[in-house]
Amino acid sequence: MTDWIEACAADDVDEEDVIRFDHEGRTFAIYRSPDDEYFATDGLCTHEKVHLADGLVMDDIIECPKHNGRFNYKTGAAKGAPVCVNLKTYPVKVEAGMVMIQLS
Amino acid sequence: MGDHGAVIVGAGECGARAAFALREEGYAGPITLLGAERHLPYERPPLSKDGMSADAPGIKTIAEASRYESAAIRLMLSTEVASIDRARKSLNLGDGTTLPYETLLLATGARPRLLSLADTSRHCLYLRTHDDAGLIAARLGSGPRVIIIGGGFIGLELAASARGRGCDVTVLEALPRLLARAVPEGIAAVLADAHLRNGVDIRFGATIAAIEDKDSGVEVRLGDGSVLQADLCIIGIGAIPNVELAERAGLATDNGICVDETLRTNDPAIFAAGDCCSFPLSIYGGRRVRLEAWRNAQEQGTLAAGNMLGRHAAHASVPWFWSDQYDLTIQIAGLADEGRTTIRRNMGEDAFILFHLADDGRLVAASGIGRGNAVARDIRLAEMLIARSARPVADKLADAEIKLKSLLAA
Ligand SMILES: Cc1cc2nc3c(=O)[nH]c(=O)nc-3n(C[C@H](O)[C@H](O)[C@H](O)COP(=O)(O)OP(=O)(O)OC[C@H]3O[C@@H](n4cnc5c(N)ncnc54)[C@H](O)[C@@H]3O)c2cc1C
Ligand code: FES
Repeated sequence: MTDWIEACAADDVDEEDVIRFDHEGRTFAIYRSPDDEYFATDGLCTHEKVHLADGLVMDDIIECPKHNGRFNYKTGAAKGAPVCVNLKTYPVKVEAGMVMIQLS
Repeated sequence: MGDHGAVIVGAGECGARAAFALREEGYAGPITLLGAERHLPYERPPLSKDGMSADAPGIKTIAEASRYESAAIRLMLSTEVASIDRARKSLNLGDGTTLPYETLLLATGARPRLLSLADTSRHCLYLRTHDDAGLIAARLGSGPRVIIIGGGFIGLELAASARGRGCDVTVLEALPRLLARAVPEGIAAVLADAHLRNGVDIRFGATIAAIEDKDSGVEVRLGDGSVLQADLCIIGIGAIPNVELAERAGLATDNGICVDETLRTNDPAIFAAGDCCSFPLSIYGGRRVRLEAWRNAQEQGTLAAGNMLGRHAAHASVPWFWSDQYDLTIQIAGLADEGRTTIRRNMGEDAFILFHLADDGRLVAASGIGRGNAVARDIRLAEMLIARSARPVADKLADAEIKLKSLLAA
């Protein structure tokens, strides 16, 4: 089953930034990269359950606000201590100025 | 590197990270990680925080046993290294066995400073290890009266955790304020307030005259003559670096095992990193410091690993640490005592950052406090500005409407 849901307006997210999106008890992070593409991952860090949307986006990295664990938000790959478990990513598309993410 | 490979003494945060980093750097020879504790290497920060929320604290390991296996890291736990024979390049393991090394990393960490007045008390405990945490957490369950000697980070985190378990908590601090060494006044005051609001009794300027076990617990007599009774007393008066192994081997020490900016000791085959070492901090013109901070232990472990393999990379990062108490988090980047002037940035809902500037206008440190991660992003950006020796315009730092990221681009 594929289920596209509307997460936010495209201009709700600044370039090279991230916002939080909550949906049906789940929480996600929506990113806008420096080259103006959108991405989505699970909202919580895999080290301790901390909202990544409070963290810092640098190029294709999201850095966790709590202990500076890093992930590539495009692939979900954990990029070094203290995080070692990858982040789940979700397909994203932008339609009529809205960012949509696909939950499976 | 020869056949004897890389050996790491101390299986804590720093040693474990160094072992994995050696493999990540492509090293194919033998790696041995020796640790005196019986547990797989684990994270210490939770010990005084979430670890105290139940009678039996969980253990947050740095990596599962299988990851050491697949990285071919030989883990020797419950093994205390007795001495280093530098001429033979070999370690004595106490039980008569020896272990040769080609290159050696000392990551022996630190241990609690002891209070001699408490030597004979059965009710005075210290916190450094998982086993220490187990002893303390088990005793908090019955909601006892707890005295905490020392208003430092570990004492204050324990005070918050013990209040969370319903204990009656008194903190005894020798100085007129909390955290005088590492935290600016404005932030220490907010923390003191939070403890008072949460029902902790803080006694400033308290000196300890005597500690005595009684039938029903422990009695602490203060210099001003007052007497406090408790079921349990936890002592958090600082940590001292584990330098004895290095000292006996004739390595230089100075409030820690002395290393250069590449973390090498005065023996070119031996490195030291983490809480046990004192090193020159390049961002402050080579000022020699010893840090007791988790991220530093990771970064130095990783850097030392590369240098054990023949790199000559210099340590250049900005000190950074955090502490959690109640719903407040403080984060500090840089050493605040390097600053002369302070600029405050209010970030709403009791969250704020103090920026510390040197005489020449350089941003040298930033200290923040707030609920959850309210200050985290800006502290991280401040850290980058500090690393670049940036001289930001004071008005821009003070104005929360101006994004710090824009100052980085400038
Ligand atoms: C309760 C607590 C809470 C903390 N909270 C925070 C926090 O919130 N934020 C923060 O930034 N930092 C915090 N820290 C500090 C952080 O945990 C340390 O900086 C970090 O653990 C240092 O790592 P290390 O590997 O250098 O030393 P350690 O973690 O101390 O590890 C050293 C290891 O070496 C072993 N060893 C020593 N001598 C020998 C020998 N001769 N032979 C074999 N083994 C030996 C020891 O047994 C120990 O296991 C906290 C520390 C504690 C204790
Ligand atoms: S919670 Fe994200 S790095 Fe620790």
